[in-house]
Amino acid sequence: MSAESLAEPRPSSEFLTGVRESVPIVLAVVPFGLLFGALAVEHGLSLFQAVLMSATIYAGASQMVGIELFNANVAPWVVVLSIVSVNFRHVLYSATIGRYLGHWTPLQRGLGFFFLVDPQFAETERRAETHRPLTFAWYMGVALPVYACWVIETWLGAVFGRFIPDAREFGLDFILPIYFLAMVMSFRKRPLWLAVVGVSAIASIVSYRTIGSPWHVPIGALAGVMLGAAVVPAATEEDRH
Amino acid sequence: MSATTIFWIIIAGAIFTYLTRAGGHFVLSRFDRVHPRVEAGLNAVPAAVLTTLVAPAAMEGGPAEIAALVAGAIVSLLGGGVMSIFFSGAAVLIALRHLLG
Repeated sequence: MSAESLAEPRPSSEFLTGVRESVPIVLAVVPFGLLFGALAVEHGLSLFQAVLMSATIYAGASQMVGIELFNANVAPWVVVLSIVSVNFRHVLYSATIGRYLGHWTPLQRGLGFFFLVDPQFAETERRAETHRPLTFAWYMGVALPVYACWVIETWLGAVFGRFIPDAREFGLDFILPIYFLAMVMSFRKRPLWLAVVGVSAIASIVSYRTIGSPWHVPIGALAGVMLGAAVVPAATEEDRH
Repeated sequence: MSATTIFWIIIAGAIFTYLTRAGGHFVLSRFDRVHPRVEAGLNAVPAAVLTTLVAPAAMEGGPAEIAALVAGAIVSLLGGGVMSIFFSGAAVLIALRHLLG
């Protein structure tokens, strides 16, 4: 690793550093991009709609929720609300990394936030911890390959996914809950994690049984968030000071 | 749902998703300090939201589906990353569905 310099690093080398750091993310996301394309077509979306979703919404979990609800007999605004409720976590990401982006122009910030997916957030936090300057070139070096591959994989999955003979045989119909479980588990180091998961699980199951889908998502989420806000862990407060 | 309706749902979903990504910074930059309760509540968001996507599916699932989720959780507790959780869960699911018919 080169010596730290106070001078602004060259944008081209910063961009390439970002591209290099994007490689593991790109590899990890491949099956999900293909899966989303395949599932979208299986749920009746056209190739254009599937690719449009990946190119504009660019948030895997909420896109999966969206294609589930296009089939269900629910009002369009409920589908939008469900997509947004799944994506609400980005508010936290945005608030957290925004603190390091004071030297970016408003246009750079406006563009950068579009690419703020989960792994982008994680990489940005890691970069900030090293106290190296968080350059726009580096950020886009991570962001652009991940974004480009997500859109291309959606297209590939939508075109070739239909050749999978039996979705159930390959477990594709239940692959989403497994994926979401993996995401839930990846946050388990957070304070109150088990209590939040327990409360959200109970609230979502009860509302799923009584009010019905998709209301179990916002209701269950609200229950967990309110628990988190009600019980502020002392350790968290001490860490911050 | 018509193609036009789906198109506008996607566009609206994209706009609101972008607003969540830009909005946290936009709102928070107007305050000098974040209230600890707000921060703690936001910290709980990922676990809270994602759990609601797993729990009803787990409740509706049969033995193969439950076993797949349990396998994924065990791999995670053993230190496995997202991808190893994902593939072990899927492997258990596919194997048990074939065995249990």
